[in-house]
Amino acid sequence: MDSLVQTTAFQQKIDQDLNIEPKDHMPDAYRSHLIRQISQHAHSEVIGMQPEGNWITRAPSLRAKQILLAKIQDEGGHGLYLYSAAETLGISREEMIEQLHSGKAKYSNIFNYPTLTWADIGAIGWLVDGAAIVNQVSLQRTSFGPYARAMVRICKEESFHQRQGYEIMANMMKGTAEQREMAQDAMNRFWWPALMMFGPHDGDSPHSGDAFLWKIKRKSNDELRQKFIDKTIDQATLIGLTVPDPELKWNAEKEGYDHGEIDWDEFHRVIRGNGPCNKQRMAHHVKYHEEGAWVREAAAAYKQRKNEF
Amino acid sequence: MTPQEALFKYTLRLGDNALIQGHRLSEWCSKGPILEEDLALTNIALDNIGLAQAFLKYAADIEGKGKTEDDLAYKRPERQFYNHQITELPIGDFAVTIAKQLLISAFEVPLFSALSHSTDETIAGIAAKGVKESRYHFVHSRDWCYRLGEGTELSHSKLQQAIHDLWAYTGELFEMAEEDTILLVAGIAVDLEELRPLWKETVATVLTEATIQIPEDGTMHTGSRNGVHTEHLGHILAEMQYLQRAYPDATW
Repeated sequence: MDSLVQTTAFQQKIDQDLNIEPKDHMPDAYRSHLIRQISQHAHSEVIGMQPEGNWITRAPSLRAKQILLAKIQDEGGHGLYLYSAAETLGISREEMIEQLHSGKAKYSNIFNYPTLTWADIGAIGWLVDGAAIVNQVSLQRTSFGPYARAMVRICKEESFHQRQGYEIMANMMKGTAEQREMAQDAMNRFWWPALMMFGPHDGDSPHSGDAFLWKIKRKSNDELRQKFIDKTIDQATLIGLTVPDPELKWNAEKEGYDHGEIDWDEFHRVIRGNGPCNKQRMAHHVKYHEEGAWVREAAAAYKQRKNEF
Repeated sequence: MTPQEALFKYTLRLGDNALIQGHRLSEWCSKGPILEEDLALTNIALDNIGLAQAFLKYAADIEGKGKTEDDLAYKRPERQFYNHQITELPIGDFAVTIAKQLLISAFEVPLFSALSHSTDETIAGIAAKGVKESRYHFVHSRDWCYRLGEGTELSHSKLQQAIHDLWAYTGELFEMAEEDTILLVAGIAVDLEELRPLWKETVATVLTEATIQIPEDGTMHTGSRNGVHTEHLGHILAEMQYLQRAYPDATW
């Protein structure tokens, strides 16, 4: 049980905008909230390697192939920092992977959608990384030190990805009729799932209360979503893409766009495991984790043998 | 064969080896036994694709038909590819990939090291970059050979089997074709026969330390110098060249 003195000291630090570090006292609920959030973030980076990896062997130029490979490597690297940040809270990577496989830990819903054409690689970079950046920029000031510092580095790389994704879309929109059609189709399929990445409306967000009090979260789901919409619509218009929302309208009073309602049934359906690729993504992760077991065992046995001498 | 044709084919060969090896390694994305290895293998893939781009760009210049490196990578048919057959073999399990990488890196380090003194400045420049990278690739595969060779019985037997299966594809690395002979005289190419004992010594040292038996040299597969490949290459190209072939008027 946390003593009143400890809890008060913790909250004072938070209120003074000081970072909480791994060895500092923190309430159990703060710790478990962070483990849940950071491991989910790490798993998202790792599972996200699958839909993008789907196009590595079919990338249409040597340059495109290098950019995509480097991007996916960055995502894997983000997964590593984030697993390490979560490990400072007293959970191992192996435990986090078990929680992923058992369904206890989640990953971002967006990766349960398929990448059907090359334009989807553009759409993921531009819209999905674009949405992730909005969220992650705000997390650079999150109260847990290792998480905040990981975000600073991750944001730098994500902004490259976003530009590279936009470049793919822009090139395709300058290309043949078939390319333009492919780009618009990717936009149509990824726009709404990208908006869902920010989570439920503020009134329906189950984890937000404490997260604000502890300054894990600095901005609300709806605020972040609005920010993303406002910056993305101009980018879409500039290259001739249509945003698939007939209700989209500039609202001069709030200086932002009003948008149509998100299909929350779809959001919940995918979260509950019934999206197009949920089973495929998990089966892939489980399969290669299991197939790699003999390699991990060999490395451990070798290490142990060498330490004995 | 004119000296220019020889130089074109030789440069294509260097480019194709890197391209196909890089392509195969890139298949490891999201499939590594641990995240660190996922990153390591795709990083080696990335080095290879970069090298392929440089060599193929130069090959396109030498050919002088206004093509780009992408034209050469994405619009050439199977019989005009000159990569060693070992590069196109399926990635298999982790032991196969590591064994393949060891055999290739132990060849590339002395090859690029020698080519970095080529009288052809472009080849020398690309090779100088290649040698730095292939040293890392060698160390990575060597260390994994140690771990797998001396790890568990299972890992030992998998690595042993992989080395055994791949051995017959190593003879090709040292075959001197007409282009080699022509360019050797000009100081552009390398005498591959001279590299063979160096390669053998490196590989033997690593495998002995890893307690893996070195196979006898039996019949070796051959053909790539004439664009003759295993059945695997056609499938790699079908996948790799799909967008360029399906949308010939598009630029990406």
